[in-house]
Amino acid sequence: MIRTLHRWPGLLALALVTILSLSGAALSVFPAVERITAPQVETGLTVATLVDGIQAVYPGVEQIRRSPSGRITAYWFDQGAPGAAVIDPATGAGVASADPNQALRWLTNLHRSLFLGDGGRITMAAGAAAMLVLSLSGAVLVARRAGGWRNWFAPLRGPLAGRLHVEIARIAVIGLVLSSTTALWMTASTFDLLPDGGAIPAMPTEVSGETGFPLDQMATLLQTPVAELRELSFPYPGDATDVFTLKTDRGTGYLDQGTGALVAWADLTGWERVSETIYMLHTGQGAATLGLVLGMMALGVPAMGVTGVLIWLAGRRGRPRIRGNQPAGRAETILLVGSEGGSTWGFAATLHAALTAAGRSVHVGPMSGFAPERYARAERIIVLAATYGDGAAPASAKGFLDRMNASAPAPDIQMAVLGFGDRSFPAYCAFAKAVTAAAQAKGWAELMPLDTIDRQSPQDFARWGRALGEALGIPLDLAHQPVLPRTETLTLVSRRNYGAETQAAAAILRFALPRTPLWQRLTGAGFARFQAGDLIGVLPKGSAVPRLYSLASGRRDGFVEIVVRKHPGGLASGQLTALEPGDTVTAFLRRNPGFHAGRGRTPLILIGAGTGIGPLAGFIRGNARQRPIHLFFGMRHADSDFFYGEEMPDWQAEGRLTRAITAVSRGARRSYVQDALRGEAGQVADLIRNGARVMVCGGRDMAMGVTDALTEILAPVGLTPAVLKAEGRYVEDVY
Amino acid sequence: MKSLLATLALTTALTLPGLAMARPVTLTTTLNNYGGDGAYLALYVTDASGAYVGSLWMAGDKSKYYEHLSDWYRATGGDTAQVNGITGASVGAGRSLEITLDLADALFDAGYTLHIDAAVEDMRDSPNEVAVPLTSDGAGTPVTGRRYIANFSYDM
Repeated sequence: MIRTLHRWPGLLALALVTILSLSGAALSVFPAVERITAPQVETGLTVATLVDGIQAVYPGVEQIRRSPSGRITAYWFDQGAPGAAVIDPATGAGVASADPNQALRWLTNLHRSLFLGDGGRITMAAGAAAMLVLSLSGAVLVARRAGGWRNWFAPLRGPLAGRLHVEIARIAVIGLVLSSTTALWMTASTFDLLPDGGAIPAMPTEVSGETGFPLDQMATLLQTPVAELRELSFPYPGDATDVFTLKTDRGTGYLDQGTGALVAWADLTGWERVSETIYMLHTGQGAATLGLVLGMMALGVPAMGVTGVLIWLAGRRGRPRIRGNQPAGRAETILLVGSEGGSTWGFAATLHAALTAAGRSVHVGPMSGFAPERYARAERIIVLAATYGDGAAPASAKGFLDRMNASAPAPDIQMAVLGFGDRSFPAYCAFAKAVTAAAQAKGWAELMPLDTIDRQSPQDFARWGRALGEALGIPLDLAHQPVLPRTETLTLVSRRNYGAETQAAAAILRFALPRTPLWQRLTGAGFARFQAGDLIGVLPKGSAVPRLYSLASGRRDGFVEIVVRKHPGGLASGQLTALEPGDTVTAFLRRNPGFHAGRGRTPLILIGAGTGIGPLAGFIRGNARQRPIHLFFGMRHADSDFFYGEEMPDWQAEGRLTRAITAVSRGARRSYVQDALRGEAGQVADLIRNGARVMVCGGRDMAMGVTDALTEILAPVGLTPAVLKAEGRYVEDVY
Repeated sequence: MKSLLATLALTTALTLPGLAMARPVTLTTTLNNYGGDGAYLALYVTDASGAYVGSLWMAGDKSKYYEHLSDWYRATGGDTAQVNGITGASVGAGRSLEITLDLADALFDAGYTLHIDAAVEDMRDSPNEVAVPLTSDGAGTPVTGRRYIANFSYDM
C-alpha cells in the first residue's frame, strides 16, 4: 500500500517535481546573494535617521522599502520622472539599480506557475502535494527497510540504485517536507483560502491639516530601528489630509505629517505572522542560509527521480506475465509469492511454467491471498518468500502470518517454503524462517525442509528444483535467469594448476579483458568497471543457467581472474578447468557491492578457504595503500592447494599483506580456518574491537564454522557477529 | 442628485445596465514596458470631496495583493465585495486593457474623478497612477500615468 502510494505519484509527477526542485534550487541562491551584496545597516540606526538621509538626497521620495535580506530600496519622482534605487543606508544615496532581476522573475514564474497563470499555479501545487506524499511515504519505506525509525541512518546494502535513492532521501526528506508543506500553504494563501490578509488600521478621521514636521524628529520613527522597518510611504505632496504609512515587523500605522504623531496603529494578525514565517521558510528571504540548505536538498529530487525509475524498471523486468494460471480452487499445486521488489515473481513464473509443462495444474498468487479453505483440490502449497528489511513480511505477503495462525491446517495439503534473500543482511531469509516456524507450530505437513536462495542465485534455484522434482517424482529443470545480462566472450590467457595431491583439479584462470565499447566505458557498464569481489556469471556450453564466480581481480589489474575447482559432475567447473590458453567462455559481469574491500584505512580481516581465496587475494593485490590486512586461509593440502602461495611473500614485502595465517585440513596436523582464528583469538578480538572489518569467502560450512568461532572469540569483548553484520562490518560471500 | 447617488450606492459598480440614464463608456488603459510581471490595476471613482464612490474594474484576481493598491485599499478597507463581478486578469507590461461599461450619466460633469491605482510585484506601488476628472469634454483625451500607464482614455 505504502509502496503503491510512493510509486505512482513518483512516476506521474516526475517531470513536475523535477522542474519544481531544479527551479527551487536555483531560486534558493538569490536571497543569499542579496544578503551578501546588500549594503548593511550599522546597528542602532533608526528609521528617522535613514529616511531623513534619503529625503535629503531624493526630495521627491515616495516610498522606502526594506526587504528581509536588509536591502533598502527607495522610490521617488524627480520632476515627474519616476526613479528607484537600492540605497546605502549610511549615506541615503542610491548605489544600485532597483529594477527587478529578469532571471529571478523568469525562474519565479516557472517555479510557481509554469508561466500558465492560475492553471499553472494549481498544477505546481499538485506537484508540491505529490512531493509531500512521496516524502512521507518514502520516509515510512526507509524506516521499514532499515528496521525502524531509530535505524534511520543505518548502513545500506543492496543494488546501487536503491542505495543511492535511500541515501539521498534520508537526508533530503526533511527539506522536501518543509518545502512542499510551505508551498501548499502559500498556494492556499494566494487563492484566498486562508484568513491571512493584511489588517490595516482605519484611516483617521481627523488630522492636523499641517505639513512639514521634520522626519528626523518623529517619535515613532526615532523609536523604530531600521532592522524592523518594512515600508514607509510618504503622503502626496500638497495633500494636507494625507499621512505617512509605516509598516514594521510588528504592524502598520499612520503618522500625521504636521505633528509627527502616530494617529492609528494595527498589529499584525496571528495568521499574518504564520504566513510570513512560512513565506520565509519557503523562499529563504530573511533566512538565506536555510534557503541554501533547502535548495541543496531539492537538488536530490532529480537524482531520486532517476534512481526511482531504475528501481521501478528493475522490479517490472523481474515480474513476468504468468500464462495459463489456474484458479485456486482447481489447482493441485498452489504457489504463493511474497515479493517486495518483484523479482521473486520471476522465480514463481519459472516454477509455474516447469510444473505446468510436467502436466500439473498450478495456481500462482500473492501470499497475502492465502486462503486454504479455497484450495479444494490442492495437494501442496509452495511458498516463495522474500524478506523485507529486518525480517518483515514483503509487500505481497502482508497479513500472511495472521491468516495462517487463524486457519486450521488442511490435512491433505503438504507445504514447502523457499526463502529468497541476501546473505549480507543479518536477517537473511528471516521471514521465510518465520513462515516455516508458524507452519510447523500449526501442524502443516512438510513437503520439503526450508531452503534458501541467496541473491537470486540461479544455481541455488536449480538445485532446489531438482530436490522438489524428486519429492514430486517428476524431473524438474528450473532454468531461471532473473535479468538476462549482456554476455561477453572471455579468452583464457594463462592458467596455474593446483589440486594434484587431493585428486580435485583446481586452477587460477586468467582471462584477457574483453574489448569494451565506448558507451560501456562512459557508463561504466559491463566489464568497463569491476573490482575484486564482483562476480562473473559463466554460461557453460549446454546450459542456460549461469554459474557465478567471485573475481580475484579488478579492472586496474588488466585481466579477469577467477579460482575454480572441478566438482564431480560439475558442468561449468568441468569446462572451466579444462580450458587451455586461447580457449574462450561466455560470461557476464554481476556487481557485488556488498563484498567490496572499500576505500577506508580500517584494517581488514580476510577469512577464506579453498577457492574462496579468490576475491581475498584480489583485495590484497589491490592494496597499494598498505592498509593493514590479516589473512586467514584454510586449504586442504599445503603442497598443492596453496593458491597464490608464490605471491604472498612479495605481497608481505610490499606491505600489501600484514600477516597470513594458514590452516591445512589434510596433513599431519588437521586444522581448519576457524581453528586458526581461535589460535589468534586475542589479536582478532583486539582488531575487531578497534574497528576492523571482517570479510569471509568460501563454502557454507566453513562460513558457519567461522561465525561460531567468532561468536566465541568476540563474547569477552561484548560483540557478536550479528551486531557486526548490522553495522556492515561482517560480510560474507558464500557458495 | 441625492436619489441618483442612492442609486449609485446600491450598485457599487456604478454601472446601470439597460437603464436609460446610462451610456456605454469604453475605458482603455495601455501600459508601458516597465519590465516586470503583470500589473494589478484598480479603477475607481471619487466624488468632488475626494470620498470613494465605487469601483469600475479590478485587474488582478488575488485579493492578497490588493493592499498594494494602497489608495483603493484604504478607501474600501480591502473589501472584495466592491469588485465582485468586475474583476479580471492582471495586465502585462506593454499590454492594453479595454473595458466597456454602462456608466450613469450623472457621473459626468459633476465633479467625479476616475482614479487608477497600480502595483507590480517587486516594484513600486503606484497609488493614484492616474486621476482624471470625468467630463463629457475630456472623453477621448489620453492622459499619461505616473509610472506604469503609457496612456489612459475614456470614450463615449
